[in-house]
Amino acid sequence: MTLAEDHNPTLTSSILYLDGISVSFDGYKALRELSLVLAPGEMRAIIGPNGAGKTTMMDVITGKTRPDEGEAMFDGKWDLTRLDEAEIATLGVGRKFQKPTVFENHTVEDNLLLSVKAPRGVRATLFARREPEVHETIDRILVTTRLKDHRGRVAGSLSHGQKQWLEIGMLLAQDPKLLLVDEPVAGMTDAETAATAELLREIAKSHSVVVVEHDMTFVRELDVKVTCLHEGAVLAEGTLDQVSADPRVVEVYLGR
Amino acid sequence: MSRQLDRIGLVFVALLALAAILVPVLALATPEGSAFNIPPYLVQLFGKYLCYAILALALDLVWGYCGILSLGHGAFFALGGYAMGMYLMRQIGARGVYANPILPDFMVFLNWKALPVAWWGFNWFPYAMLLVVLAPGLLALAFGWFAFRSRVTGVYLSIITQAMTFALFKEFFRNDFGFGGNNGLTDFKDVLGFSLQSSSTKVALFSASAIALIAAYFVSRAIIGSKYGKALVAIRDAESRMRFLGYRVENYKLFAFVVSAVMAGIGGALYVPQVGIINPSEFAPANSIEAAIWVAVGGRGTLVGAAIGAIAVNFAKTWFTGVLPEFWLYGLGALFVLVTLFLPRGLLGLLLRPAREKAPTPETPALAIEEGADP
Repeated sequence: MTLAEDHNPTLTSSILYLDGISVSFDGYKALRELSLVLAPGEMRAIIGPNGAGKTTMMDVITGKTRPDEGEAMFDGKWDLTRLDEAEIATLGVGRKFQKPTVFENHTVEDNLLLSVKAPRGVRATLFARREPEVHETIDRILVTTRLKDHRGRVAGSLSHGQKQWLEIGMLLAQDPKLLLVDEPVAGMTDAETAATAELLREIAKSHSVVVVEHDMTFVRELDVKVTCLHEGAVLAEGTLDQVSADPRVVEVYLGR
Repeated sequence: MSRQLDRIGLVFVALLALAAILVPVLALATPEGSAFNIPPYLVQLFGKYLCYAILALALDLVWGYCGILSLGHGAFFALGGYAMGMYLMRQIGARGVYANPILPDFMVFLNWKALPVAWWGFNWFPYAMLLVVLAPGLLALAFGWFAFRSRVTGVYLSIITQAMTFALFKEFFRNDFGFGGNNGLTDFKDVLGFSLQSSSTKVALFSASAIALIAAYFVSRAIIGSKYGKALVAIRDAESRMRFLGYRVENYKLFAFVVSAVMAGIGGALYVPQVGIINPSEFAPANSIEAAIWVAVGGRGTLVGAAIGAIAVNFAKTWFTGVLPEFWLYGLGALFVLVTLFLPRGLLGLLLRPAREKAPTPETPALAIEEGADP
């Protein structure tokens, strides 16, 4: 842990610290020296055109992709570039995918059961018993995500919006310190979008959250600091009004 | 849906238990030629089917519930069979053609002077039984450890399982490998002191196979019913999602793979004394593929369907090869195609009511390539 001993105040006080991250796939540079710092409890919206590197950034944070260069630290002490997906998830990083990914053949309740923070080993799950606390957690999340009436339904039969919510519920069940949410309102109706914004604001009270989103109405509703990515690097950062006033942002993203 | 499946499972188990009790009574206590008498050859034939059913059940545990289409499960079955065969060879003792009290006939024939180390201890039944479990279990552990850690999935995994069984097939063919080469192990005389020729031994082996199948069903059912089982299905459907939830996918697969291999080995061990021979052809790649067909025909991801599939297909095979021997493979191929096209849940699907709430994609593809959760 030599990195933590550097006494870099930004590093030690942040929940997520990305510095100079570069990733290339077969010569294509997905990320070019990307740097991003997230304070504990902060919610951040990431915007940017397609191919800006938003998903690749998420892949780096969750251990799916190893960066060629750069530092990625979690909670001031964990080097994310050395850990794999399962280890990072166990540390407290939860991820919601762009395309809702729930376990289609399981019931809503079982989807949450598999997500609830609990020992993840083979032996632990083989001999797992139904614990009342787990049940309470699941009940609470079903209420938060408005899926209480659907607990026994097979997740594959849920509507698109409900799947998105179930996946957010699964994130909550994991009780992560940091939530990465990729396009949570894609394909949602206006009412669902507004409800999702409210849900995320609720979640952000007790968690650090990174939201990637294209929908500017939604980003405005979130009312948080915005980072605009372009060609794998940070183009602008600030409030939505500041960012959307930036002529470069207008040119590459908003203006189109 | 799953409750219905459990009920079918219990009926199946009850029938097996009944067979385990009734077949010995009918075969031994009724006079030959009576309408109720079951001739020993039939007992043996169905005992063989039950061993295949154990193999199918084992394969369904990994294929149906974890998406691992192993096309090398015949290797685990054969390894269990060889361990049993080695015990049976040592039991022959001085009754062999060359009357050597220690060396099996084929070793005398090859002019070997001493028993190879691999054969030591096989005259002792408990040790042989330990190897029935250990040989397939350790192979599965080593193979799975490398394959699952390297994240080999889908068709690629199926191909390397084929390669595994093919490699063993070639190796066991060699005389100097020390397991009887081309001819394998045969001419068995008795097991635990009971003659393999007697009707009572044949009947006892049948009942033992039925009991082993029942046990395999209950063990698999318990595994599937646990939270581990739910995790296994979740891995089958969205592997990378499970990783991001913090599950060590490779350990989950490895456990299921090893349990499955051990079950297959036990099936093989019961098979060998009933058919009286074990040779390298049991490792033939086609055997493992055929096992996958039994599972698909019976109903993948149902456990009981796999067992029924194995019994039904093999019964059809026996009948077909008797009537039209040269057309069996066409028949098998046609059966596989028809079942895949019209009965996605296999023969068991005929018994199951259609699901009330149909998921948009209820059937996971047989060969799911790594779940592309994100581009």
